[in-house]
Amino acid sequence: MLFRDSQASAPTFETDDLTIKMRINCLFISCLLTLAACSSDTEKRLPILGEREPVEKTVDGKTVVDTIYQTIPAFSFINQDSSVVTEKNFEGRIFVADFFFTSCTSICPIMHRNMLKVYEKFKDNKEVGILSHTIDFKYDTPSKLKSYAEKLGITGDQWQFVKGTKDSVYTLAEKNYLVAVAEDKAAPDGFVHQGWFILVDKDKRLRGAYDGTKKEAVDQLITDMEILLEEYDEK
Amino acid sequence: MRNKLIFLLFISVSVICILEACQSEQELNYARYYMNGKEIYEGHCQNCHGDSGQGLAQLYPPLTDTSYLKTNKSELACIIKNGLKGPISVNGIEFNGEMPSESHLANIDIAAVITYITNSFGNKQGLYDVANAEADLKACQH
Repeated sequence: MLFRDSQASAPTFETDDLTIKMRINCLFISCLLTLAACSSDTEKRLPILGEREPVEKTVDGKTVVDTIYQTIPAFSFINQDSSVVTEKNFEGRIFVADFFFTSCTSICPIMHRNMLKVYEKFKDNKEVGILSHTIDFKYDTPSKLKSYAEKLGITGDQWQFVKGTKDSVYTLAEKNYLVAVAEDKAAPDGFVHQGWFILVDKDKRLRGAYDGTKKEAVDQLITDMEILLEEYDEK
Repeated sequence: MRNKLIFLLFISVSVICILEACQSEQELNYARYYMNGKEIYEGHCQNCHGDSGQGLAQLYPPLTDTSYLKTNKSELACIIKNGLKGPISVNGIEFNGEMPSESHLANIDIAAVITYITNSFGNKQGLYDVANAEADLKACQH
């Protein structure tokens, strides 16, 4: 509207100054609008979590500063079908990772009741995966994991239940997913661990952490997963 | 004659009052068991069996099968105290897992949680008190 008004008054010499002023105003307003549009875009983008470090690199003869984000390193575990699962199984997928064990009667049933909602929501979506690591490296054999997955009603390879050595799983949990896990003889089931659901993007970067025992947090995770998928659609 | 009538009236009113009091005493007792039972349920059972007794897929049986809870009512105390292993059929689905024992629970707490479960999630079986629990635990085969 503003712009059309200023154009209407353009032909007269006396209003030239005014026109220029209005044009500047218009420019200013459209700049503001663009900025507002930009900022609402960034609001919809999920943050990148974890440690980061700036690195200098040379692009087209110029030195630019780039940021290296914390990523999930290569791993190799055995899943419920006794197959090897590595980071390559999650190529081109965003995924949710968590830590549990099949005989756990504390938070795990609540977590997986909630994770089932995530599974149902993104079922058969080839861009989405779920990766549950058991922390009971002695008792949870692939056959135990298989029986657990079957009873939970999980088919296909979208939701992987994996086991590894104590060292590999515990280190990955604490150093890379930032989830605390530990053996504890005093705990009722023999382990203590946190119930975080960690959202990882296709570049293996951490994009969110959600309390897997809370329905509202898991609803937020589902919303955020959709936002994250859109991020890759734009590219 | 008139005095007699008044006396009869007085007696019947008192009897009604006493009955009413009994009734509310029993209701109060039920409410007490139910409320305690809810708290114990939330602390010891809800993780697996769910906040509305829905269970979890084929891992943990739901508590909404009213006929299972009725037919097995005398077993419930025993199951809670000593745990349960092996296949059972609930809501027409077979469950073959292991329920941990809650042997640290006092009889009165077991009675409370049974009162809660058998009067929630679509069940309506009334009060199950500590005397019921003691009797059922004595007959426990597990």
